[in-house]
Amino acid sequence: MTSLYDEVQAAPGEGVPTRRVTIKVNGDDRTVDVEPRLLLAHLLRQGLKLTGTHTGCDTSNCGACTILFDGRPIKSCTMLAVQADGHSLETVEGLASASELHPIQEGFKQEHGLHCGFCTPGMMLAAKALLDKNDNPTEDEVRWALSGNLCRCTGYQNIVKSVLWAAEKMRAESK
Amino acid sequence: MYPSRFGYESPKTVEEAVALLDAHGGEAKVLAGGQSLVPMMRLRFAAPEMIVDINGIEDLHYNRVEADGTVRIGALCRHEELEDNPAIAKAIPTIAAAAPLVADPIVRTRGTFVGSVCHADPQGDWAATMTALGGHIVAQGPKGKRDIPIAEFVIGPFQNTLAFNEIAVEAVIPAPKGVRVGNYLKLERRVGDFATASVAVTIDMQGDTVAYAGIALAGVGGRTINANEAASALVGKKLTAENIASVAAAVAAVAEPRTDHRGSADYKRQIVKTFVERILTGLLNTSQKAA
Ligand SMILES: Cc1cc2nc3c(=O)[nH]c(=O)nc-3n(C[C@H](O)[C@H](O)[C@H](O)COP(=O)(O)OP(=O)(O)OC[C@H]3O[C@@H](n4cnc5c(N)ncnc54)[C@H](O)[C@@H]3O)c2cc1C
Ligand code: FES
Ligand code: FES
Repeated sequence: MTSLYDEVQAAPGEGVPTRRVTIKVNGDDRTVDVEPRLLLAHLLRQGLKLTGTHTGCDTSNCGACTILFDGRPIKSCTMLAVQADGHSLETVEGLASASELHPIQEGFKQEHGLHCGFCTPGMMLAAKALLDKNDNPTEDEVRWALSGNLCRCTGYQNIVKSVLWAAEKMRAESK
Repeated sequence: MYPSRFGYESPKTVEEAVALLDAHGGEAKVLAGGQSLVPMMRLRFAAPEMIVDINGIEDLHYNRVEADGTVRIGALCRHEELEDNPAIAKAIPTIAAAAPLVADPIVRTRGTFVGSVCHADPQGDWAATMTALGGHIVAQGPKGKRDIPIAEFVIGPFQNTLAFNEIAVEAVIPAPKGVRVGNYLKLERRVGDFATASVAVTIDMQGDTVAYAGIALAGVGGRTINANEAASALVGKKLTAENIASVAAAVAAVAEPRTDHRGSADYKRQIVKTFVERILTGLLNTSQKAA
């Protein structure tokens, strides 16, 4: 059992209440004791060591921390870890299988959808949320779905191409 | 940053939630979508002692159009549930037009309509939309429920008139007096930025005569701007180019824009005028096509 606080905070003094939560993360149930103020993004990164989920801002603007919460995209920096009790999460670590990249990851590779890679996990999860609902999106629909995710490097062009590439691959695979 | 320390409860009923608020005498805060509250807690603009998370109260998760045309939006209805929603689009076109313009698609999966009205951000799209529509908020406290008309609910920047031990359980928009039409236009520098200026317009038409007109503005003042009085000049009249021009000028006159990095006060006032004209002219053109 891990007890989790914050990367910056030392463990709290006596008597700081924690709550025991069970969260399904990429298919596995994880049970942890968390202080209510722990943000979900911090639980993932510091507590569960799933550092693929990035945090890029303090204002809920950048989308680098995007994960799927019961299948819908959320900004994990804007949810308390305690709120995820009983829910199911998918992070970038859940995309690839042991031997194969997810088509979205392959798309980012094929179409050069990343430079520094900081925004990439969030972009890929936002893209997955779109493709799970719409397997044949237009370029506009892709841009729209990714409009809550900021990228400082690519100029977005190749990110959009990557997602369209993935959509095509996924359609072909499902035939 | 991380928020300062607080207690956390996730009640399953409104009664339990109200009891928790009551027990903490003003030091507790309701957590709905968290898309305004959590960022404020991270920046330590807010440091409540107790968070009452209402997300587990499934009874609050709905939006529906009743047989008589009344629309009820429960406290857990997320922004995205008002997007691509044919029943809502038919009943309240202004809500359908605003929904895809609120924040960004990821914020919209969590943020709630009612939470946004409660937050009463001068830039908020839903407080302006509700103000134009003229509905009410149903508040539930220890003594039961009461209705608060929207004009008495949003009273200033980030200020509503809920008592510390009340929860806004739903927003109610009355049935239209005739056929409701409307639109929402917003100028933003990029998705998710605060609006440079937004205009909500809603009109009830009886034949070609206006039976109700509501207009409200976001982003052009230190609070949500209620321009319903200026809009009411249309009531009893037909939409004509002349009436539209005079209402647009009157609405622009009640805006209270300030010069900032998003533009000069004059520029924003001009945007308001243009948006009112554009929306009303659009409504006039569609009604002429339909006739
Ligand atoms: C990046 C970003 C961009 C955004 N852009 C926009 C935008 O363009 N337009 C816009 O309108 N908004 C925008 N927002 C704000 C967003 O719409 C929020 O969802 C909304 O303001 C608050 O709703 P919430 O459900 O998230 O409320 P919360 O954050 O949970 O709560 C906000 C406040 O309201 C109170 N409250 C909430 N629900 C209730 C209730 N039922 N009863 C009593 N009190 C309650 C809370 O105690 C708190 O004080 C943006 C947010 C982010 C993070
Ligand atoms: S870290 Fe920027 S939105 Fe979550
Ligand atoms: S690749 Fe660097 S921020 Fe997007």
